[in-house]
Order: sequence, then structure tokens, then C-alpha cells
Amino acid sequence: MSETGIGAALLRKEDKRFITGKGKYVDDINRPGQAYAYIVRSPEAHASITGIDTSEALKAPGVVAVFTGADMAEDGVGGLPCAWGINNKDGSPMVEPTHPPLVVDRARHVGDQVAVVIAETKAQAKEAAALVDVDYEPLPAIAGLTQASADGAPLVWDEAPGNICFDWEIGDEAATNAAFEDAAHVVSIDIVNNRLIPNAIEPRAAIGDYDATDDSYTLYTTSQNPHVIRLLMGAFVLNLPEHKLRIVAPDVGGGFGSKIFLYAEEVIMTWASKRLERPVKWTAERSESFMSDCHGRDHITHADLALDAEGTFLGLRVRTDSNLGAYISTFGAAVPTYLYATLFAGCYATPAIYANVRTFFTNTVPVDAVRGAGRPEAAFVLERLVHKAAVQLGIDPVEIRRKNFIQVDQFPYQTPVALEYDVGDYHATLDVALELAEYDGFAARKEEAAKRGKLRGIGLSTFVEACGIAPSALAGQLGCRAGLFEVGHVRVHPTGSITVFTGSHSTGQGHETTFAQLVSDRFGIPADQVEVVHGDTAQVAFGMGTYGSRSLAVGGSAIYMAMEKIIEKGTKIAAHMMEAAVEDVVFDAGNFTVTGTDKVKTIGEVAFAAYVPHDYPEGLEPGLDETAFYDPKNFTYPAGAHIVEVEIDPDTGVVELIGVACADDVGRVINPTIVDGQMHGGLAHGIGQALLESCIYDESGQLITGSYMNYTMPRAADLPFFKTGRHTTNCTHNPLGVKGVGEVGSIGVPPAVINAVLDALSSAGVEDIDMPATPERVWRALQDAQA
Amino acid sequence: MEDFAFHRPGSVAEAQEALRGSEDSKFMAGGQSLIPLMKLDMAAPTAVVSLTGLDELRGIEQRDGSLVIGAGMTHSEVAESDDVRDAIPALAGLAGGIGDPQVRNRGTLGGSVAHADPAADYPAALVALGATVITDRREIAAEDFFQGMFETPLEADEVITSVRFPVPDSAAYSKFANPASKYAIAGVMVARNGADVKVAVTGAGTGVFRATAFEEALAGDFSAGALEGASISADGLLSDTDASAEYRAHLVGVMARRAVEACG
Repeated sequence: MSETGIGAALLRKEDKRFITGKGKYVDDINRPGQAYAYIVRSPEAHASITGIDTSEALKAPGVVAVFTGADMAEDGVGGLPCAWGINNKDGSPMVEPTHPPLVVDRARHVGDQVAVVIAETKAQAKEAAALVDVDYEPLPAIAGLTQASADGAPLVWDEAPGNICFDWEIGDEAATNAAFEDAAHVVSIDIVNNRLIPNAIEPRAAIGDYDATDDSYTLYTTSQNPHVIRLLMGAFVLNLPEHKLRIVAPDVGGGFGSKIFLYAEEVIMTWASKRLERPVKWTAERSESFMSDCHGRDHITHADLALDAEGTFLGLRVRTDSNLGAYISTFGAAVPTYLYATLFAGCYATPAIYANVRTFFTNTVPVDAVRGAGRPEAAFVLERLVHKAAVQLGIDPVEIRRKNFIQVDQFPYQTPVALEYDVGDYHATLDVALELAEYDGFAARKEEAAKRGKLRGIGLSTFVEACGIAPSALAGQLGCRAGLFEVGHVRVHPTGSITVFTGSHSTGQGHETTFAQLVSDRFGIPADQVEVVHGDTAQVAFGMGTYGSRSLAVGGSAIYMAMEKIIEKGTKIAAHMMEAAVEDVVFDAGNFTVTGTDKVKTIGEVAFAAYVPHDYPEGLEPGLDETAFYDPKNFTYPAGAHIVEVEIDPDTGVVELIGVACADDVGRVINPTIVDGQMHGGLAHGIGQALLESCIYDESGQLITGSYMNYTMPRAADLPFFKTGRHTTNCTHNPLGVKGVGEVGSIGVPPAVINAVLDALSSAGVEDIDMPATPERVWRALQDAQA
Repeated sequence: MEDFAFHRPGSVAEAQEALRGSEDSKFMAGGQSLIPLMKLDMAAPTAVVSLTGLDELRGIEQRDGSLVIGAGMTHSEVAESDDVRDAIPALAGLAGGIGDPQVRNRGTLGGSVAHADPAADYPAALVALGATVITDRREIAAEDFFQGMFETPLEADEVITSVRFPVPDSAAYSKFANPASKYAIAGVMVARNGADVKVAVTGAGTGVFRATAFEEALAGDFSAGALEGASISADGLLSDTDASAEYRAHLVGVMARRAVEACG
């Protein structure tokens, strides 16, 4: 226990540098002798490249080199690997085309990397890039799923007939079909999950820095997981051993998933720095972020829910087409499968579930994980369907949920779609949310709004996430090509201050504060005596990084396990110091005490003895420095109830968010302020998807929403004050009892927003609306319903 | 962005001299439109001549039933001016609703008017209020000034010095903003002088225009009710992923009714 331990609402220690402009990002780093790269990107969605003339560019002022895909191929540079393989229904593997860092003879999306120009200054590189003469022979292009799946559609890859990457299934199809045969009601829905552009505030950047004196490489990059980049790039692309390749990801200005993946530019800069024997730096312009950061979502789904006469769910059948983009990005194949369809039980004890997912190549930027990654898509299908079932069967949306919830005494609960939920109390979170939302008073508020000519609606979403990704053995069975454990390393210094090295990396989540609180709590020292180090493969032994709300549940648990090793060793040292038997020494709140006596040694005293072992137990190594690799036993299952209230102006179609009330079970809370902040960020993101954001390509594959002029990010003025409540149950299988919070809002709130919009529009006869529910879309829905 | 020369003259005359000194040169007021275009290489002037801080372009005064605003006054200065708030509060409100605080602190009346963006807010005010654009060499009535998308009769070296707005009996501006860019998708300024009513629309078409059918309906009965059922045609209106022509036509009606209501 400590005042800065678990549960303390500490302000974030990292914010001092962030809010005073002192953060250190990749673009702030400049290496001696550094040159600058500019990427020549395809303006064509799909084209054969019949020639690249670099001669004019090479003559331009300041130009050091121009490289093309042929140069990289000559050096034997490999394609960007997929970290997760998915098999078809028949067991055959997915179509896995090569993804070269610089294309050789064909460009497959607007923004595809065609060449790199390296010059003394950034401006010179950019100017010379305009002189690279690429002969494009345009080919027919496809952008959307309906285009991709149409008969006779142009092929993105010759080896992928019908543009299908894989056709995958999960669940028991026969049992699910049987459930529909017995059903009193079948409710069906068609859903489009809109494509998102992640838009981290810091654009991606990379500096390759080759050191000829020892033939080693350093890559400074904007990454959520530097060790994963080292593994993927070293082993699969550049054939570099780990001891010669260091990855540094300093402060990272937001990732939202988009900085998980190995990108072409990271490879190009590392490789080019060796070719030129000088550092090469690239920083994306915002326009490049739009056309080269992996996008998210982009599904079309049909789903059917079978119910008995009383509204009990009997079976769920889902068929989804998912857009992968032009290449399979690092986790592109996992997101629409194991991070998606395994969530179709949601909070409900639906006995039979079957899902079929087909993924398609298109001439668009690759699609991969964006905050929530698969789970928002699943929650959206399920919660829209539950809302529709409530309306069609005339059951209150609260009651239909309660009736079908997995009950508290059913945990651990094995779902029909692979996951086993360890713990939860879905009624309790719903109770808290209903109270926060003042649900009972809604009818009066709706009536009052109607007097002002406004349509008021309320919508619910109750959902489960699978976070803390992931138990390595299970992930391996499901096709993951890496382990998903985490590494925690705790170094107690001779005077008792502490440095924690973690494989989890922060892109703004507040790890430096939260992890310090874990140590403060266990070791009974103030959090400001704990420093957290992350983001550098030369400092941190290993790590799998930050995504899937895993940093605290997996990375925090690894730190906890390393602290247990410290305590175990410290107990032996303390016992020796106090001339007691080891089994008589207990550790609590930073003190080693001999039970039944007043003999005590602080952890600082023990640390000093460990580093100055003049009088020391025989056979024990000096030092107090321990590392733990923690592999989770299961996913964690945060769950929540989100309730949104909206008012619609029927004249314009504008949806005003009146209230957002959330109650979440994120497990044990380490820092309530940080948890609330994570909630707020996720809610803004989810509301962005529901009401504002939409990535649009035209039919020829041109990106229409390529800037902030027409891609709408949520801003403070678009959002109400959030009410965030909690009812927590502790995770049963990690030592901290924590579950994860980073993706809650992105997953939970979009269906609540749309259900509220549909509730508001129901009196006008509107039954369906797609995201984002823009003013024109709402206005049109009203016009069409009246027609 | 291409390299360019930058001039910071001390007077309008010096500015004109600097402009004439090189081909493809441009005046720049607040730079809130020109700089983004240059960053995207959609404009690449060889020289940029700043009009910022020129005394001749500053000032706001009420004179003979009109409000004269210096072309160099920023949107926030106009929005916060007691003279503007007193004489034509709708104009202060319009200026305070342009873009975001950063844009309002840099962007100017003269810059916006000279640029003649079809989705800018000021053109609606100038046309509905029957304003006069005053340059270093002449006066141009607003209706003659805005000639379509980015089209004005300004000569290359001509500088807008101020705009004269007759003070109306009442006026109001109602805007439906693009959620991303905050430009007008449909912005409607209604101004009333006795029986004379002008309704000017920005954002919906290729340039500011008057909704004459609305004006006629309002001349007989200045009330929102007079516009019930009145509509403008979607023909010729802008249509894009932000708003279709049909939706814009509808919004013009809604914004016009709201502006009339706000006139009181």
C-alpha cells in the first residue's frame, strides 16, 4: 500500500513534457550526416509499371540517390510478412501475395511506394521526386467490396481468383441452422461498417542509421512495438540478426493501431542507410498518412438472429465480406477473423453461433487493426441486431438484454465461438449505466423535445471485449506466427530507487505513471522513485508491444511477476541480515519483517546489501535485478453498458449528442484518472465512427477523403461531457486482476449511438441507417420514410 | 512548396510596386487560403507580397448610416468590434463563425473578399447588405464584384482597402457548416431595409447568389412562415460527398427561415 499505489488518481508524470512541447519524437531526432528521403507514390489505383526513368531526378540539386524496387530486389530484400495466417474452410492456406517495400512492376493502390529519392534536404528530395518519370499503364481498378466480389471483377492479384484472400468460418453451422428451424422469430439485418483512417496526430517517421564500423543498424521509428519490428524486419525482410539491429521508438504521438505494423518505409530507410552509409530520414506528410497508414474496418455483413416466442436467443448466423486492401498487412488477416467473429456471443448465452467471413483484395490501402480491431465490428453487428429484435418483438431493449445475458453463476462461460469468459456481471454494469443515463426519465425528455420539434432517442449497447492479447498457445493454434507474451524487468538500484523496463510501449496511454504505481504499491515506495523505460530494443530485453488493450493486463502482469522474483530474493537477503529463517520473513508494503518480532528491513536496506554484499547469504548472487516473461492464460474480458441519448433536428438531419453514459467493467483500476481519460478517448473515436468519419474511394480507386477538408475527425465541440461509471469484477487469471480499457469506447459506443438515432427516427418509420449518420444521411432517411 | 520571394512592404503603394516587380506574384493578407494552396503546390507564386499590418487597410468606423471596415481587419477583430456589434450584429456574428480561432486571428475581410471562395461567409454578407468594395482606385458594388468561383473584377495589382456596409433595419446570417472544413455548405444572409429584402446564399453554388424567390415572398410578408414551401432549385448547385445538390437546396430554405426568425 502506498499513497501513490494502486487506485491513486495521480496526474500523469509524462504530461509535463507532452504539454510543454518537450516530448521527443522521431522527427525531433537528427543524426550526423543525415540525408532525407521522399517516397514517390503511385497516383494510379492500379497500373502496370513499364519503366521508371530516374535520370532527371538524379541530376537535381542535392540528390544523393534514387532507388526503385529493382534495386531492393537485387539486394535480396524480402516482402513485408504477415504475422498471422488464416486458413480457408477447407483447410487450405490463405492467398498470401508478396508485398515488396518498393513495387517492381505493378502499383496496386493510390499511394503505393514506387521509388525513393534521397537528397541533402527534405525539400530537395521532394522536388526531385517530381522528376522521377514513371510509365504507368492503368489497369481496371476496384475499391469497394461490392466491386471486388462482382462476377468478372478485375483482379488485384492473378493468384487470387475472385479477389478472395480466404473464405473462413467459425462455429457449428449445422447446429446453428437447426436453431433457426425451431425459431419463432428470425430478425435479419444488413450492415456496412464504414472504413476509417486512423489519423494519429504524429505522422509516421523513420530514420535508418547504419554503422559501418561494426556493421550494425539502428532504426528510429514511430512504433507501438519496436521488438516486433525488429523481429519481422530482421528475420523476414532484411536478413539481419537481432544483435546487429536496434529499434528505437521514442515518444510516439498516438497510434490507434496504425503503428503496430511493419511498414515499407521502415525497411526502405534501414536498407538505404547501408547502401549510402549515412543516416536517411523520412517523415510522412499528412497527405501521405491518409494514403499509406493502414486503414480500418470496411465490412459488409448480413446477420440473422433466431429467437423463441419469448425473445430468448436461439442462434446467430453471420456472413461478412471484409476489405483487406491491396496487400495483407501485418495483422490484416487476424482482424476480421479471430479478433471479430470470436466475439459474436457478446454478453449473451446464445447457444449456437456460426460466422463465415470472406476477405477481398481491392486497390486500396491495406486494412488492419484500428483501435478495437474486429471487436467494434462484432459489437456493432450484434448490438444493432439486438436492438432490431427488441423493436420487432416489442420487448424493451433493456429487458431483451437482461433476458439473454450470461448470468453471474454461469462463469467461467464457454462461448460457441472459441472464447471462455472468466468472469463478469453484466446486470451490474447495466444497472450503473441506466442510473447514470437517468433512463427512467427518458420518456418525459422525449416529450419535451417533441414540443421543440426535435426527435429524441435513446440507445443501448451491452458488449464484451477480448483484450489482453493473447495466450501464446491459443494464438498459435489460431494462426498467429508469434508468441504474445510480455516482458517485465525490474531493477532495484543500490539505494532503493527503481527502473522498470517493459516491452509494452506507450503511444500516449500513460504507462510511465501506471506502471510506476504498480511498483509503488507493491514495494511501498513513492511512484516518483520509479522510472519506466520502454521503446528501445537495446534497453528492454524483449517485448511484444502495445495493442489489443494488453499493456497493463500482460505487460503490467510481467512487471508484477518480476517484482515477485525481487521479493523472493530480497526475502533471502533480509532473512540473512536479521538472522532469521527465510520462511519466517514476510514482505509487505516495502518491508521485510520477521514474523512475531519487531525486526524489519526496508527494501532499500535489502537492495543496498544486495549491491554491497559484505555480509551476504552463501550461494546467493549479488544484485537485485529480475526479469519475467509473462504469458497470459486467457484473454481478458472487459464488458460494459453504454447508453447514448440524441436529439435530431428533422429540418437538417443534424444529430446532437445529448448524453453518453457508460458503465464499464475494466477489472481492477490502477489509476482512475487515466482510466477515465482512456474512456474519453475511445468514446471520441467511437462517436467519430458513428457520426462523422468515413473514408471514401471512388469506383476507380481514387481516395476522395484525402485530407481534413472532407474527412471529419471528432473535435471537442462535437462531443458532450461523458458520464463514465464502473462496476468491476477482477480478472481471475492475471495477478493484478486487470482487464484493459484502451479500446472500450471504440468498441462499445458506436452501436449505442446508432441505436439512439434509430430510436429517435422510429416514429417517422425509419428502420435502418448506416454509419456515419451524417446530417444528409439522416435527412434522406426521413425523406425516404415519408415518401 | 516551391521557393518564393517574400515582401513585407510598409504601404499599399510599396506593395503594388513589389507586386509589379515579378511575374506570378501574389498579394497575401492573412494567408489562410493562399498558404494551404501553396503547401499543396496548387499555387506556386514566385513572390508573395504581404499586406499584413498596413495602416491604410485598418480601422472600423460608422459613417453616414454605413459601417466602413478596413480590408486588413481580421475576422476576430470584426467579431469583437463594438462598432460592428452595435451597427450590424449579424456581421459580427458571421465573422465570429468563420473557420476556427486560428483562422479568425489571421484571416482578413479583404483577403476573404478578394479570394471569392464560393463557400466563404463574407460574400453572403456583402451581397445581402448591398455593400461596396472599395479599392485603391475605385468602388465596386458587391453584386458586380462576385462573379463566380474565385472570380472578381480585381486587377492584378489592385488592392481592396475597405468595405462599406449600409446599416440595415435588421439582418441575420444562418450557416450550415461542413463538419470537416467548417466552410459553408449553405450559408444564408437575410437583410431587411423597410420593404426591401435581400437574401444572399453562399456555399451552395459556384459563387454567392441571391435567392430572388425568397426575397419576393419576404417583401410581402417578412416572416419565416412566408418561406414555407418556397424552395430553390437544385440545378447548378454544388454536389459532392459532403452534401448533394438536393440537400443543399433544402438547407438553403432551412437556413433562410432561421435567418428570418433571427432578424426578429
